[in-house]
Amino acid sequence: MKAVILGATKGMGRALARQAAARGDALFLLGRNTSDLERSAADCTARTPGQVKVGFATCDLADPDGFDAALDAADEALGGFDTVIVTAGMFGTQEQLEADLDRLRALLTVNFAHTVLFCEAARARLMARGSGTLCVFSSVAGDRGRKPVVLYGASKAGLSAYLEGLDHRYRAAGLVTVCVKPGFVRTSMTEGLTPPPFAGEPDTVASRVLAAVDRGKPVVYAPWIWAWVMWVIRLLPRFVMRKVGF
Amino acid sequence: MDAPPVPPDALDNRESALQRSNTADVGEIGGWGRVMVPGREVRDENLERLTEDAVLCRGLGRSYGDSSLPPPGVSDVAGTTLADRILSFDPETLALRAEAGLSLRALLRVFFPRGYFVPVTPGTTFVTLGGMVASDVHGKNHHCAGTFGEHVTALKMRVADGRIVECTPQQHPDLFWATIGGMGLTGHILEVEFTMVKIPSPWIYMESERVPNIDAYMTGLAEAAQTWPMTMGWIDVLSSGDQLGRGILMRGRWAEPDEAPEGFPEPKSRPGVPFVFPQFALNPLSVKLFNAAYYRKPVGAGITHPEPFFWPLDAIHDWNRIYGPRGFTQYQCVLPKAAGKDAARRFLEVLSRLGGASFLCVIKDCGAQGRGMLSFPMDGISIALDIPVRDDTQQLVDALNEHIIGDGGRIYLTKDNFTRPEHFAAMEPRLEAFMEVRRRWDPQLRFRSAQSVRMLGDPQ
Ligand SMILES: Cc1cc2nc3c(=O)[nH]c(=O)nc-3n(C[C@H](O)[C@H](O)[C@H](O)COP(=O)(O)OP(=O)(O)OC[C@H]3O[C@@H](n4cnc5c(N)ncnc54)[C@H](O)[C@@H]3O)c2cc1C
Ligand SMILES: NC(=O)c1ccc[n+]([C@@H]2O[C@H](COP(=O)([O-])OP(=O)(O)OC[C@H]3O[C@@H](n4cnc5c(N)ncnc54)[C@H](OP(=O)(O)O)[C@@H]3O)[C@@H](O)[C@H]2O)c1
Repeated sequence: MKAVILGATKGMGRALARQAAARGDALFLLGRNTSDLERSAADCTARTPGQVKVGFATCDLADPDGFDAALDAADEALGGFDTVIVTAGMFGTQEQLEADLDRLRALLTVNFAHTVLFCEAARARLMARGSGTLCVFSSVAGDRGRKPVVLYGASKAGLSAYLEGLDHRYRAAGLVTVCVKPGFVRTSMTEGLTPPPFAGEPDTVASRVLAAVDRGKPVVYAPWIWAWVMWVIRLLPRFVMRKVGF
Repeated sequence: MDAPPVPPDALDNRESALQRSNTADVGEIGGWGRVMVPGREVRDENLERLTEDAVLCRGLGRSYGDSSLPPPGVSDVAGTTLADRILSFDPETLALRAEAGLSLRALLRVFFPRGYFVPVTPGTTFVTLGGMVASDVHGKNHHCAGTFGEHVTALKMRVADGRIVECTPQQHPDLFWATIGGMGLTGHILEVEFTMVKIPSPWIYMESERVPNIDAYMTGLAEAAQTWPMTMGWIDVLSSGDQLGRGILMRGRWAEPDEAPEGFPEPKSRPGVPFVFPQFALNPLSVKLFNAAYYRKPVGAGITHPEPFFWPLDAIHDWNRIYGPRGFTQYQCVLPKAAGKDAARRFLEVLSRLGGASFLCVIKDCGAQGRGMLSFPMDGISIALDIPVRDDTQQLVDALNEHIIGDGGRIYLTKDNFTRPEHFAAMEPRLEAFMEVRRRWDPQLRFRSAQSVRMLGDPQ
């Protein structure tokens, strides 16, 4: 695999990049902070067999004008990538987002509009070379409109719908889309929130996602138990959803 | 599509992680001995930001007592475990630099299969580099390799005035050596640089031997230390009379390639202790049975897996739960050579007179004292025992402390929850010099822990 990862500086992206590096995949990291990227690239380099140097370039989801240059840099370093992984994203609690419209606008823009723009740029490149994999982190929060995550969930619902559409439209043409739907995972994104039962660890999520990328699975829940949890939640009638707190 | 512009402030979440979390509930936090205090750990990848207003860092919380717990009135400690990147490794010089929250377990997962090992490992891999430095940990090779701190070449630290400084044995040596074994009280360690070692194979050649009593044990330990790079052993503290201190002595070295099995030792699975045991599970009978059974375990010589050799307790997840709801403490002391050949025997006699029972009592000889200003080991023997917390634990620890003070011994801060300030002062002539450096870098004593308030008289 020759993979570009946007969001490898933290959390599940960091875990994923490490596991990919350890098994010898060629990597190129994109993110918004140069010194952080440098450190994460060094970390991946140390984990790659033979300490092969992992490159990086800046790419901020807040700034779509930079997407092409970032992907050019990745293409050049990797000699044409075949996989693009996006773990980057923002979170805010419902209370935070309701209280702060700037933050809400930023979240909706970054998590949905700009992520889609980035994926479109990546998709064009992958399809131009005949095939490739686009793996993007959405969320279980996008599966159903739910009280605690109305706004964040809406941004992820849009993203999930986009990824599902891509799979339907382009799978036959060689584009493999993998939509990852994590449940609650212990990263700094969720630090300070009370973990529900079945909270996951980034490492376990990462190995599950890597396996899904290898097999080209269109949708993957992680930890796996969330597939069943969400199955039940999707079946609950509206009057129940209005009553319950999740 | 024309997306609306994103206001820059909305993305740039620069408030420190400690402030950000202040809405979450303050729960309870404990050391490995599970004696709890109010508090919580706040984690962030960015240690520089996280430590801006922190009074204490905490790694994996494997210190047994209150070293990693917030002082009274402070709720948050800065949890370092998300700051875990390897920053560089030079296969020529073997210099490795990493963020302080990197765990020994994660480090070894990368480097052990490649033929590199840490110069010193404690008895568990669930420790962070920051914790290894702050406690200046020692291992089975202490008599040859010294403590971990002796292999550290540089530390990047946040100090009390807010600056971030690099310290080495040459640059700010006072800060450097006060931090090695300084229990997090001199500043926050952000990065650690140290020298790895190359090993001939990932397997261990080990010999073990059953010894009938403490005198034979001590003689055997001293002999083994002459030729073996790693020694340790275990003592049955419930035996008495002629058999007082009977035990099992182990000595080991890395296996050479021609005697080692093919391939890398398969990682062992880790069953867990699923719940906190009720207090009655641990009683004089179960302890006696455990000790007797352990004494009967097969001994011999041969190639062995590194995991049970270095980290036997890592085999069981959450093993600290067997001590029940009140938790436990570890009493670890070192007795100097000057205390005489019978120092261990006298200690065990005092212990059995006091009725102290322990599942595991580990006795090991130590080499010369290191340069860390409060570093624990010194030339002599170290004795460690796990003690369940009961109503009389304070008296037991007091009595043991009074005994070891008479012998010129001292306790290991990273294990302690009960030592009185006056006892610690009596066993630690280096304390004043340490406090002087600490005050030089942190005049207000901003950096402090539950332990430092309890034992060093730090402001609340
Ligand atoms: C089963 C077991 C076996 C053990 N065997 C040994 C042994 O053989 N030899 C030995 O020496 N020890 C041993 N220990 C003790 C252990 O090695 C130390 O307590 C070690 O410090 C724990 O590391 P930690 O990351 O969990 O640190 P914590 O317990 O979280 O913290 C310990 C101290 O380090 C400080 N600290 C942690 N990170 C930082 C940082 N980034 N900056 C500044 N200060 C920091 C904390 O403030 C605290 O004072 C053992 C412990 C267990 C549970
Ligand atoms: N954690 C969970 O419980 C959970 C649950 C469901 C879904 N998810 C989703 O899973 C993904 C990963 O989550 P995580 O928990 O691993 O998050 P995380 O630890 O907060 O990491 C987020 C990553 O995204 C990057 N990022 C954020 N905004 C960016 C921007 N504007 N431009 C470029 N990069 C940006 C961050 O880079 P910096 O280092 O520069 O900050 C970081 O590397 C996210 O999409 C999240 O929404 C998470």
